[in-house]
Amino acid sequence: MAVGLLKKVGSDKILTEPLKHPDFFHLSELFSLKDLFDARVHLGHKIGCRHRLMEQYLFGCRLEQDILDLDQTMEHLQQALNFTAHVAYRRGIILFVSRNRQFTHLIESMARDCGEYAHCRYWQGGLLTNANVQYGKGVRLPDLIVFLSTLNNVFQQHVAVRDAAKMNIPTVGIVDSNCNPSLLTYPVPGNDDSGPAVELYCKLFRMTINRAKDKRRQMEILYGLKSQND
Amino acid sequence: MSKMAASSGRALKSFVQGCCGCSSVILPSIARNVILQKPAVTVLARLVCTSSTLQRKNIAAAGPEKYTQEFIKKQIEEFNIGKRHLANMMGEDPETFTQEGIDRAIAYLFPSGLFEKRARPVMKHPDEIFPKQRAVQWGEDGRPFHFLFYTGKQSYYSLMHCLRFIQLLERILALPYCSIEEEYIQRFRRALEVQSKKQKIEPLQYDENEVAFSIGEGRRKTATATATVRDNGSGNITVNGVDYLLYFPVLQDREQLMFPFQFLDRLGKHDMECKVTGGGRSAQAGAIRLATARALLSFITENEVESMRQAGLLTPDPRVKERQKPGQEGARRKFTWNKR
Repeated sequence: MAVGLLKKVGSDKILTEPLKHPDFFHLSELFSLKDLFDARVHLGHKIGCRHRLMEQYLFGCRLEQDILDLDQTMEHLQQALNFTAHVAYRRGIILFVSRNRQFTHLIESMARDCGEYAHCRYWQGGLLTNANVQYGKGVRLPDLIVFLSTLNNVFQQHVAVRDAAKMNIPTVGIVDSNCNPSLLTYPVPGNDDSGPAVELYCKLFRMTINRAKDKRRQMEILYGLKSQND
Repeated sequence: MSKMAASSGRALKSFVQGCCGCSSVILPSIARNVILQKPAVTVLARLVCTSSTLQRKNIAAAGPEKYTQEFIKKQIEEFNIGKRHLANMMGEDPETFTQEGIDRAIAYLFPSGLFEKRARPVMKHPDEIFPKQRAVQWGEDGRPFHFLFYTGKQSYYSLMHCLRFIQLLERILALPYCSIEEEYIQRFRRALEVQSKKQKIEPLQYDENEVAFSIGEGRRKTATATATVRDNGSGNITVNGVDYLLYFPVLQDREQLMFPFQFLDRLGKHDMECKVTGGGRSAQAGAIRLATARALLSFITENEVESMRQAGLLTPDPRVKERQKPGQEGARRKFTWNKR
């Protein structure tokens, strides 16, 4: 009985401890403004493709090409990575979605290395909203969906953004200057078309998730030992 | 009277469901007539008014009956025990009792005069009787096993990732004694016919001055051309006895003539002499181009032949003038439409 209580207290500690610190996983040391600039994250599309709601994230416009504000990107990216780390720490299912065929293989390999899931293929209509019919009874839906490109092949918003909002699943998404950031919980203004940019994002997400999982294991050992000693 | 019976029937239904915990449908008509025994467990009587139509819908939506792993395991245990009982009954050894023995035993113990073989009593291993269920794709904590589970077609999309598999197969085929496994590996391969083998390449001919030459023929849209390509030349081209600059004043036609040589980097090395009849200016140029390409086949290697084929130099252009149809002015143009 006492051991059971202690175990419960220990597990509470494991879950509440990270929430007390603003940057429990020290994610600010993973990237800097210079890294984002070198990876061409600040480049947007031409003025004609600009989305009305992205105007708040723009730094300016040069030779008819939109430039995103990297200071805002830094803040948003920090928050998004922090949230992803917390979800991974609590053993949530993370689903990476992107319909950019150039990076399908990269994203799927990255998801496989992390131990998380990826969906970079044709999105069938009822995957989230009709999950019991699509997969089977009692399936567990993703706890977080990360969009490395919120547009699909026809330059319309990906169906998963709307479906995740319907199913109350939080979303993190890289929004370019032609995307709609309104339905995402953690939008990150940034370039979603360049090779170096997407590779940088993949590297960052992989490192956050691995860090979060390692931290979880450490904390379990730590509090497991503590409750045993007490 | 009937209304009361109906409402009591529905109340009884909710009663029974509450007791048994299963959703078996009792037809309202039967519920009215049947005298139910008192249920063993006394349940609080709460009149739940549900219509029979709603309950029928739920049954339909559930789909075919699903069998759990434990259920099938239990069936397998019962089958094995039953097999041993049968063997004892027939006086045979339980350890070496085969399926044929079971069939014979059942046919002896339960003789059936039914004509339909599938209606006769049968005792088989549960794996053969119960339809195969898809194994659950996720673990106890709910996390799916495969990283592409959420795409729906995990095994199809994961093929792109097993690079090692493809490399391994190709390596196996490179080893000696590969013919043993070749059948298995051919299942993953589709034979592509090498198109260039269908090209017939004429051997080189030599004339009096021991200069190599070759003849090719080509057609395009009613124009026919015969071209003779000679080696050790300086890029002179003669068409019907006239220089090509005079015969084809348009640059586009001269470019068409030069294209085969330019593609093979042999612009100034060959002389060409050709005769062409029929067609118009562009058709004649196309015909000569095809003829030169075919003539040049004798001078070059197989890889260059394949690259020429992929460039489209050796394909005869099948486009011809489309015939005019009756009721229309031209091949596609219709007569002017009049409202009245």
